[in-house]
Amino acid sequence: MSLNLRELSKRSQGLAPGHRACAGCGIPVLVRLLLAVAPDPPVVVNATGCLEVVSTIYPYSAWPVPWLHNAFENAAATASGVEAAARALFARGRIRRVPKVVAIGGDGGTYDIGLQSLSGAIERGHDFLYICYNNEGYMNTGIQRSSATPPGARTTTTPVGAHGRGKLEPRKDLTEIVVAHGVRYAAQASISHWGDLAKKLQKALATPGPTFLNVLTPCQPGWDYPPEDLVEIARLAVETRYWPLYEVADGRYRLTFTPRPPLPVRAWLERQGRFRHLLDDPEAVERFQAWVDANWDRLTARLK
Amino acid sequence: MSTVVARRQGLTGNDAVALAWRQINPDVVAAYPITPSTQVVERFARYLADGEATTEFVPTESEHSAISACVGASAAGARVMTATSSQGLALMHEVLYIASGLRLPIVMAVATRALSAPLNIHGDHSDVMGSRDAGWVQLYAGTVQEAYDLSILAVRVAERARVPVMVCLDGFTLSHSLEPVLVYADDAVRAFVGEARTSGYRLLDGEGAGPLTVGPLALPDAYMDFRRALANAMGRALEVIAGETAAFNAHFGRDLPVHLEASGLEEADGALLLLGSTADVVREALAGRSSASGRIGVVRLLTFRPFPAEAVRQALSHVARVVVMDRADSLSTLGGPLGIEVRAALYGQAFPPAVTDVIYGLGGRELRARDLERLRALFQEEPVPGPVYLGVEDG
Ligand SMILES: Cc1ncc(C[n+]2csc(CCOP(=O)(O)OP(=O)(O)O)c2C)c(N)n1
Repeated sequence: MSLNLRELSKRSQGLAPGHRACAGCGIPVLVRLLLAVAPDPPVVVNATGCLEVVSTIYPYSAWPVPWLHNAFENAAATASGVEAAARALFARGRIRRVPKVVAIGGDGGTYDIGLQSLSGAIERGHDFLYICYNNEGYMNTGIQRSSATPPGARTTTTPVGAHGRGKLEPRKDLTEIVVAHGVRYAAQASISHWGDLAKKLQKALATPGPTFLNVLTPCQPGWDYPPEDLVEIARLAVETRYWPLYEVADGRYRLTFTPRPPLPVRAWLERQGRFRHLLDDPEAVERFQAWVDANWDRLTARLK
Repeated sequence: MSTVVARRQGLTGNDAVALAWRQINPDVVAAYPITPSTQVVERFARYLADGEATTEFVPTESEHSAISACVGASAAGARVMTATSSQGLALMHEVLYIASGLRLPIVMAVATRALSAPLNIHGDHSDVMGSRDAGWVQLYAGTVQEAYDLSILAVRVAERARVPVMVCLDGFTLSHSLEPVLVYADDAVRAFVGEARTSGYRLLDGEGAGPLTVGPLALPDAYMDFRRALANAMGRALEVIAGETAAFNAHFGRDLPVHLEASGLEEADGALLLLGSTADVVREALAGRSSASGRIGVVRLLTFRPFPAEAVRQALSHVARVVVMDRADSLSTLGGPLGIEVRAALYGQAFPPAVTDVIYGLGGRELRARDLERLRALFQEEPVPGPVYLGVEDG
C-alpha cells in the first residue's frame, strides 16, 4: 500500500472533529493516522486518560469504530478478553470476521500502573497491537510525573522551587522492556514523522501476535509550547536524538530515521516551558545532553 | 427425569462448579488461582486439555486482569466466567463496579474466604461481603449440590437480568468437601442455558450495529441515570431469580428454594437466619429441640443481593426473636452485613421480631457445641444493639 497522505486522508473519517482534545495536542494526529492506515476497522480498547476523556463524553462519541473503555491500568488485559472472545465467537460461527484489537493508553497507563497487564497480555501472545501515546506525564489529572517523564522536567508532582529542580530520575525505557518480551514487532515513532509512523502502524497491524508502538505525542499544557508548534516540538525531539525513531522486527533493530547532523538537545528543551528552569543552568543542559547521548549509544550498539 | 439426571456422583464444590462450566461450555474463561477456589480453574483447564470443552481460556497474570479480560470478552458478546476468592476478589474490586455498570452478564464463582491481615486462607464471608454493593447478584450455596445448581442457574439469571452474578460457596466447607451430587445430562444443561443471550454486546459485530462506544465518560447530567438504571435492574433481578429458579426446577425436576429456605418455622418462636453451609449444621443441632424460650427455626438465604426483603419479612412474620448469624463483620459496631440488612428489612413493621446479630466463624473458626448452646441462650436474653462475637472469650 502506498502511503500517500492525500490518499490516506480520504480513506477514513477518522476521529470525528467534535472531540475535545486541547489545541496543540498530539494524540488526535496519531489516532487519525491509525484509523486511516488500518485495513479493516479495528476494535479499540482505551485506557483511562486524555484520549478517553476527550473523545467520549456521553452521549457523544468521536469514534467511528467499536470502542471500549474499562479502567486505567487494564487496557491490555481488556484487549486480551476482546481478542479471546473474537477467536471464540469466530470458531463458533457467531461472527464472520476476527477484527484486529488495538489497545491504546497514555504513558501512565502503560509504563506505570498498566505495565503488569501489558506484560501479561504480551506474554500470553494475544493477537493485538498496543499503542502507547506518550506525552511523558499524567496529563489528564493535571500534569503529574510518570516514569516516562524525562529528567529535569517540571510537573505538578516534581515542581520547580527553592529546592525542587523538576524530575530527578531518568525515564524508564519501556520500548526495551517490551522488546525483552520477545515481541515480533515493536517500534518508537513520533507524530511529526507521519510517513514513518504510518508504516510502523501498518507493520504492527499486519504482524500476528502482540505488537507495540511507543509514539511521542506532545502535550501543549503539560510541555508548555504554543499550540501551533505541536509538530515542530515533536520533530525536534527526533532531530535532537531525544526520541530515536527505530523498530525491532523479529529481534533485528533498525533506525528508521537518522538525524544528520543531530541538533543539540537544547534546541528542543528551549521550546518548552517545562524545561525553562534548566536553560540558565549550562551544567543541567549538559547532563541532559549526556543522558541523551548515552541512550543513543546504547541503542545504536544494538544495531549491529 | 431419567433423561435429565445423568448420575449421582461424589464431587467437591470446586469440582461441581468446574463440571457445570464444562457442561455450559462458555465462550471465554479468564482466571487467576487463589485458595480455596484454585481447583475450579485447574479442573476446567483439565477438561479443556482433554477436549471436553472448547472455551477460550485466558490464564491472566492477576485477578485484576482476569476480571478485566472478562469485561472485554463480555462486552464483545461472549459468555464469560471466572472464579476467585479473598484477596483475589478484593483485587478485582475496582472492575466489579465496571462490569455491573456496563451491565455485563459475567458469572463468577467465589469460594469464600477471609481477608488479610492477618493472612488467613480459611472460609468466611469477608470477601464477598466486601463486594456486596458492587452491583452483582450474589447467590449463596448451602451444599455442593447447590454450588452446582446455582452455577447453571446463574447463567440464565445474568443474561436475563443483565447484571453480573456471583455464585458463592463456602471456602473449604463446600469448595473442598465431597458430597453426593445429582449431575444432569450435558444435553439437559445445554438446553437449559441455551444460546448466549449477549446480543446487546456487539463490539465485534461490525455487520449490523455499526460502531459501538462502550464505557464512555459520563458527567453529572448522565451518570446518576445510569446508576439508577442499574438499581432498577437489581430490583428486577429479584423477579428474574424467582422465575429462573422455577424454570430450573421444572427443567431438572429439582426443588431449589427461591431466595430463601425456611425450615422448622411452623410453631417456632424464634429463628436463626444465615447464609451458606452452616445452616445444615445448625439445623441438625437444633432439630427437634426446643430452647427454654420455645422452638427455633432456621432461615437460610440463597439470594443476598439483591436483598429479598419481602421474603425475609414473610419468613419471619410469626417469630418473636431472630438471631442473625454473620460470617463477616462490617466493623461499623452495629453488626455484620447480614444483621444490618435484616434489621433494615424488618424496620417499620407493626410488630417486628427482636434481632440479635452474631458474628461467627471468621477465618475458618469452627462452631463448637458450646457455641450452639450460646446461640440457644441468646433467644432468652435481651437483644443487644451491637454484635455478639461467638466463639471468642469476651463474646
Ligand atoms: C486506579 C486509578 N488510579 C488513578 C486514576 C486517576 N487517573 C486517571 S487518568 C490518570 C493519568 C493518565 O495518565 P496517562 O496514562 O499518561 O494518560 P494521559 O492523561 O496523559 O492521557 C490518572 C492518574 C484512575 N483513573 N484510576
